[in-house]
Amino acid sequence: MTRRNWLGGAAGWLWLAVVVVPLYWIVVTSFKAQRDYFTANPLAPPIRPTLDNYQLVIESDFPRYFLNSIVVTVGATVPAVLFSFMAAYAIVRGGSGRFLRSVNALFLMGLAIPLQAVVIPVYLIIIRMRMYDTLMAIILPSIAFAIPLSVLVLTNFIRDIPRELFESMRLDGVTDWGMLWRLAFPLTRPALVTVTIYNGLTVWNNFLLPLILTQSPDQRTLPLALWSFQGQYSVNVPAVLASVVLTTLPILILYAVGRRQLLSGLTAGFSR
Amino acid sequence: MTLPALVVFTAFGLIPLLGVVLLSFTTWNGIGAIEPSGLDSWSVVLADPGLPHALWVTFLVMALSWLFQTPVSILIGTFLAGQHRYRAVLAVLYFVPLLLSSAAISITYKALLDPNFGLGAGLGVPLLRQDWLGQPGLALGVVVFVVSWQFIPFHSLIYQGGVRQIPQSMYEAAELDGAGTVRRFFSITLPQLKYTIITSSTLMVVGSLTYFDLIFVLTAGGPGDATRVLALDMYKRGFQANLMGPASAIAVILVLVGLGLALLMRRLGGKDTDSQLEGM
Repeated sequence: MTRRNWLGGAAGWLWLAVVVVPLYWIVVTSFKAQRDYFTANPLAPPIRPTLDNYQLVIESDFPRYFLNSIVVTVGATVPAVLFSFMAAYAIVRGGSGRFLRSVNALFLMGLAIPLQAVVIPVYLIIIRMRMYDTLMAIILPSIAFAIPLSVLVLTNFIRDIPRELFESMRLDGVTDWGMLWRLAFPLTRPALVTVTIYNGLTVWNNFLLPLILTQSPDQRTLPLALWSFQGQYSVNVPAVLASVVLTTLPILILYAVGRRQLLSGLTAGFSR
Repeated sequence: MTLPALVVFTAFGLIPLLGVVLLSFTTWNGIGAIEPSGLDSWSVVLADPGLPHALWVTFLVMALSWLFQTPVSILIGTFLAGQHRYRAVLAVLYFVPLLLSSAAISITYKALLDPNFGLGAGLGVPLLRQDWLGQPGLALGVVVFVVSWQFIPFHSLIYQGGVRQIPQSMYEAAELDGAGTVRRFFSITLPQLKYTIITSSTLMVVGSLTYFDLIFVLTAGGPGDATRVLALDMYKRGFQANLMGPASAIAVILVLVGLGLALLMRRLGGKDTDSQLEGM
């Protein structure tokens, strides 16, 4: 397309400013000393750049919250993708059976359940399982809510594998389990990466489950830690913004490394 | 092989869905025993003027953020799908808001909009120096804006994909017929994007029911109850006022509204969109 698109261009540049100005402000301010923050132009670069804000954030137990977030994200994403992959394989390969068809319909219906709407019973179940205020309490529901979309995306991909490949492996005496790993796994790898990224980011950024299912500071994940840090230091804007930068840094690094994968992961299943 | 997925999904997805319906017919303070109480919770909730208010605020946030996000996303998506010298650079920055958590975004805007310590105060521009989150109308506007700031990149991405699928030959034919840019946009791009618009709108509309974290951190439903959407109403009744029965009734309403909207969007799209909507 070589034709000019003035309106789109204008909207594009304007929205870019709307996106970039707050981001720039976050970064610049996070390097300012608190007393400089009030006196100078808020958009000017820091006169005396300082790392004090970052130090304050790190000393406020953020390494601990960081670790919690990693445990929860990995602990939820890996099983979620693995379970969904197995289920998707079974649904595609044995999809004509009534049982698997209804399992598939069940997962599709699951797409329509908003997490917010079921948090009260989830809370009840977690209390009854004596898991309240543990990281496991966040992990289990996170897996459950990652499954429907993951199964959907993965079934679409496994369906594209030519039937003949499975048949020839079957003739060679390979079991379903063997075909799952030696045929379906390598051929669906891009979709698996996509689904892993999508779920990983969703779990990493989740706020509601930690809010409801944990209580003590040492079980906090990053979004919740951000919120309570802000409650504690609301007047110290540079420190609050340093905490925002620190918690976003790992994802920004991932974004720099694999932008394409990350973006396709974010729209997984939405724009095919 | 479906067993592990089925077990976890049933335990933490399906059973809670049934559970929330059952809990709406009980009385429970969140800690003690759960007592069946018939329709008590429902009559409390349905008689409370807070419910129509929460529904109205939810609807306002949904409608306004749709009205704001859709044209902007279509324009940006079309722009990004074209060949452009700076497109690659622009695209890198555009999508950063997608990566931030709602909590991080809300905290940033809360600090940025503070009338005493925020950006407007620092720049000394009176127009920007308002009590953004302290006045009901403004606070609602801010919520709509912040929601859009977070999600416009996502929808632009969807529209970008949609525009790229439009056959180039259609544009060439139109060009031969002498159609200008604006004409081509309205006669080709927009009609061809019909299903993309429906997919994106469905995600926006149904998704708007779940803007909990963002509003919770940004305004906590305030000032007063100006931004108290349905999901927030449920949380406050359940986990702050310890009235789990009425909160469950609100949750059931939330599910029903969500399903109703999904079906409505499906009908608007006609039958052929079924296969596309499965992609949600």
